[in-house]
Amino acid sequence: MIHLSAAEMATRLSAGETTSVELTQKHLDRIAAVDADVHAFLFVNNEGALAQAADIDAKRAAGEKLSPLAGVPLALKDVMTQKGVPTTCGSKILEGWLPPYDATVVTNLKRNGIVILGKTNMDEFAMGSSTENSAYGPTHNPWDLSRIPGGSGGGSAAALAAFEAPLAIGTDTGGSIRQPAAVTGTVGVKPTYGGVSRFGLVAFSSSLDQAGPCARTVLDAALLHEAIAGHDPKDSTSINAPVPQVVAAARSGDVKGMKIGVVKELNGDGYQSGVRTRFEESLELLAAAGAEIVEVSAPNFEYALAAYYLIAPSECSSNLARFDAMRYGLRVGDVDGASAESVMNLTREVGFGREVKRRIILGTYALSSGYYDAYYGSAQKVRTLITQDFNNAFEKCDVMVSPTCPTTAFKIGEKSNDPIAMYLNDIATIPVNMAGIGGMSLPSGLAPEDGLPVGFQIMAPAMKDERMYLVGAALEAALLTKWGAPLLSKIPALVGK
Amino acid sequence: MTSLSRDDVANLARLARIEMSDEELVNLSNEFTVILDAVARVQEVAGADVLPTSHPLPLRNVFRPDVVVPSLTPEEALSGAPAQEESRFRVPQILGEEA
Repeated sequence: MIHLSAAEMATRLSAGETTSVELTQKHLDRIAAVDADVHAFLFVNNEGALAQAADIDAKRAAGEKLSPLAGVPLALKDVMTQKGVPTTCGSKILEGWLPPYDATVVTNLKRNGIVILGKTNMDEFAMGSSTENSAYGPTHNPWDLSRIPGGSGGGSAAALAAFEAPLAIGTDTGGSIRQPAAVTGTVGVKPTYGGVSRFGLVAFSSSLDQAGPCARTVLDAALLHEAIAGHDPKDSTSINAPVPQVVAAARSGDVKGMKIGVVKELNGDGYQSGVRTRFEESLELLAAAGAEIVEVSAPNFEYALAAYYLIAPSECSSNLARFDAMRYGLRVGDVDGASAESVMNLTREVGFGREVKRRIILGTYALSSGYYDAYYGSAQKVRTLITQDFNNAFEKCDVMVSPTCPTTAFKIGEKSNDPIAMYLNDIATIPVNMAGIGGMSLPSGLAPEDGLPVGFQIMAPAMKDERMYLVGAALEAALLTKWGAPLLSKIPALVGK
Repeated sequence: MTSLSRDDVANLARLARIEMSDEELVNLSNEFTVILDAVARVQEVAGADVLPTSHPLPLRNVFRPDVVVPSLTPEEALSGAPAQEESRFRVPQILGEEA
């Protein structure tokens, strides 16, 4: 039963063929069986999940009208607050913290009766592309346990690929939903900025952060998208407009006459050959489904990575100032006579990991007097140019596409001492965050040379999120026909578990 | 080529309120030579006529109705406090001793 899609699980629940308690228990059993190998979870909420499931079952038995995903379990990235449940953001500085409130995403999940199994592993404060920056140890890719599951949301993506949960929540600042989806053979969507509330999402880079759905199918992602999206008065950057009709789009998958723009600059040199093979094949399938493939150019995308690694650290150096050891979280060095400043210094030394410190210092430098215009100011101008590139390209096409990442999953430890090599993972995903538009990654097959999953990225204009689901559903259907079974049925690791 | 000396990094660490060992300062100083070289590319492209973008949405002055809604109780607000006293956060000494 754990191998079904979330939509199929929901159908069985509403038909009375299973209960949420049974479904939830099966997933908890699966977690108990495989998570010692995968380490997707930082906290498994056995009692809380089963209590929530029992509550849904009782409501269903009483004939209450329930949401489409009611009773289906989900894994929550540990960057989202959940009342009374440990929330660490993968950091020692929040070890043991129990938030006194729910994130709006969590409120929406609970309102829809979606059962929260636990909190998933991540790079500390979502800074990373491999989940190796978690203070609690790395997550392993279910396709090959010696490889990274992507990051920062590697735990959420690995939980899906290992069938520990059919749905998950991720957050995407520079690709943290899409890149893990690509390297684990799962689906991940970064909605339009402002489409999903950031209230209760522990901030990394406020103008880039966006929560979104992770799943194993495009339809499941759409169902979860509609469950969590919508205006929230508690988030001043939340868009006050109707949620795009993504479920209808995912059910339709009709791309006849749609113009699909291939981004010239996000292909070729630096992209692994198997990644390019799968990308070209996906374009052929979309053309066969009736879409028109055109080439578009985005000449300023080559500056996106440099701009991102100024803007995100700048915003993080400000956002993470809140971890000051005064009101919650870790406090170190509070001995008699110690000053507040020395307690802050010592707490932040012990509480933050290497990458977080690196970015805070870089951001502090980029924002400092005398360097502000040259670094942060120039990066903001690049942001304008990237947005203009998107606007120009969208005059010639309905969606833009590219490989999600230049390579398949690399080995744990392979790039951990080379920050620049690590940052290059995000070269194709970052432009979307800079412009605040939507981006999806879905599996496009395995690279012939290493047998590892490759992701196909679809980008749509702001608040046109349904277009990603139209194209994603069309490609998913064509690939399923070609393969004869979902990609994850070919997963070699964890066999026999 | 921009570089940051060990002392430059030490000053930034002080501003960011992070205690750092000498080894960390030297490592970061070396890494920043490479990182700053990579990110300095942003200076090559945009002319003076390009306006900066700080945020993807053209929002300003977003308000919600000024209505009192339930909020955290003092117990909830203090539930994560490293130290508390008389329903308040207890913090280390902030000001110097009075003369």
